Amino acid sequence: MPDLLKAPMALEFPFTRSLGPVQSAFLTGLRERVVLGVRTGDGRVLVPPVEYDPVTAEEIRDLVQVSATGTVTTWAWNPEPRRDQPLDTPFAWVLVQLDGADTALLHALDVPDATSVHSGLRVRVRWAEERTGAITDIACFEPAQDGQAAGRTPAARHDGAFDDPVTGIVAPARLDYVYSPGRAQTAYLRGLAEQRNVGERCPSCAKVYIPPRGACPTCGVATAERVEVGPAGTVTTFCIVNIKAKNLDIEVPYVYAHIALDGAGLALHGRIGGIPYDQVRMGLRVEPVWSENSRFPDHYRPTGEPDADYDTYKELL
Amino acid sequence: MPPTGALRDVAIVAFAQSDHLKSTDELSEVEMLMPVLHEVLGATGLATGEIDFTCSGSADYLAGRAFSFTMALDGVGAWPPISESHVETDGAWALYEAWVKLLTGEADTALVYSYGKSSPGSLRDVLTRQLDPYYQAPLWPDSVALAALQAQALIDAGHTDERTLATVAARSRDAASDNPHAQVRGARPQGDYVVQPLRTGDCPPIGDGAAAVVLAAGDRARALCARPAWIRGIDHRIEPHAIGVRDLTESPSTRLAAERAGAFERPVDTAELHAPFSSQEVVLRRALDLGDEVAVNPSGGPLAANPMMAAGLVRLGEAAARIHRGASDRALAHATSGPCLQQNLVAVLEGEDA
Repeated sequence: MPDLLKAPMALEFPFTRSLGPVQSAFLTGLRERVVLGVRTGDGRVLVPPVEYDPVTAEEIRDLVQVSATGTVTTWAWNPEPRRDQPLDTPFAWVLVQLDGADTALLHALDVPDATSVHSGLRVRVRWAEERTGAITDIACFEPAQDGQAAGRTPAARHDGAFDDPVTGIVAPARLDYVYSPGRAQTAYLRGLAEQRNVGERCPSCAKVYIPPRGACPTCGVATAERVEVGPAGTVTTFCIVNIKAKNLDIEVPYVYAHIALDGAGLALHGRIGGIPYDQVRMGLRVEPVWSENSRFPDHYRPTGEPDADYDTYKELL
Repeated sequence: MPPTGALRDVAIVAFAQSDHLKSTDELSEVEMLMPVLHEVLGATGLATGEIDFTCSGSADYLAGRAFSFTMALDGVGAWPPISESHVETDGAWALYEAWVKLLTGEADTALVYSYGKSSPGSLRDVLTRQLDPYYQAPLWPDSVALAALQAQALIDAGHTDERTLATVAARSRDAASDNPHAQVRGARPQGDYVVQPLRTGDCPPIGDGAAAVVLAAGDRARALCARPAWIRGIDHRIEPHAIGVRDLTESPSTRLAAERAGAFERPVDTAELHAPFSSQEVVLRRALDLGDEVAVNPSGGPLAANPMMAAGLVRLGEAAARIHRGASDRALAHATSGPCLQQNLVAVLEGEDA
């Protein structure tokens, strides 16, 4: 399709998450440059620690301190770091079994090239300068020339108590998309740019959908025949908005209505203006008011025609 | 426990899939999906109203569209109201739910479909959002990186090497030469490292696609399909999420699911494996005891087309289609979800006279 509509779309969602007692102790420990693990019922030490045994589902709370030095168990060389990854220069992803731990921690290893990393390499934590109680308090790992064999430092009991413990994390995330609305909605948006309302008719039940979604949800078949509807329409039902929405420059109260454009098989919604809010009624005839450089009508206003008879729109409520 | 599936005979009676493409900018999700739904219903002659249960699989994060599955339902024709459900994962798990529904006797026919449009986003980054939000997601370890850690563990353990991985990739794309729906058909160079030790050729193509199957029980299945693909057993199992807790060279969840699906009772002639990375086929072959006499991914598998949320259902569909056309008597189909084969589903399908 020529001139396909596309637009960048960013989804950002800063999840605020609470921590269980084990996670809280672990992340607070990282802030204090202490690495904690948790001991399972069969004596294994899990680092990073979890609240429940991944095998038995038993609640586990027996905290231990392990070393900040350990051994690479597997690695992968990342030649092109991506936006939010721990290092912005090429690095190795590693699983590191810290001395005293029986499981491995995922993180980045700062080495200059792939030949500088191998399974069995001794590495140690490089702490972030600013630490807040997050996995990123470990900036990355770096090689440790300690000449030691793995597991020389046994885990030691730890009560997990710190001043001012971290009880939650805020995990920001941003994903970038290029949004394309598809065939039917592209045609609809192009029509709107010319201040025309172009819907699509179902070849099976003849209902005209606006905005069109490309399929008739009743019949499950593609809609294709384009039908211009409106511009005038009828208020089928409405509500009075009394609370001002954030970032919306419209005085309350105002009326938001379902409007059946003439020829449409279902109502769309829009704001009603040009009439006191308490005089809007079902059956009111309205027309769109377009503003400059907008793809959508700013609002709908009364046409001055007599109200529509209820029977003409009762199926479109 | 006997293999589940003995309560009532349920079969896959039809399968359809889209062409899997690098991008489908001109189509919305429902526009991409609808022709596949029409094709699979057309193969059985059933109308939407004759389907007792509908179940779908998809994930909103892929295209960044909230509640996209409700829009996809437009393509079904869900009026008068239908009995319907959705899983936020691969459609193979939607098929599992539908199979359970048929076993209960509440339904005799089911439509199962799934779709994924990965092209609008950056899939490697999007998939980091399925990871645990405390210890993994803040590091943004992308899907190739995690698979590469697993591949290196396999190499270190002596289970494979880069040359063997290249043969897996080459065999898959060669097989896809005969698959008109595949995204990557025919040989292509292994290319550079994406994340070492995985090269471009070891990684699945990223693209958009959809798939659908129809399930039916007992005589209904026989009436709808000349040679139904009977589900003799199906099971799914999961492992701990954190990859540092697991032995990445093994897949005990696949093994257990296969045992419970009855996969080891008799040899299979075909296996459709949802191994998005060449190295993961090595893991699955070992877990499933698959020898060279078994045709593995004759469709080309996920290395030839890997539409997210559909590629697992495609494995079940491809295995069933092989039985439908008499090219297989007993086939294993596998689907996976999560990082490094965290969750695995195994089904055993048979032709009537097998």
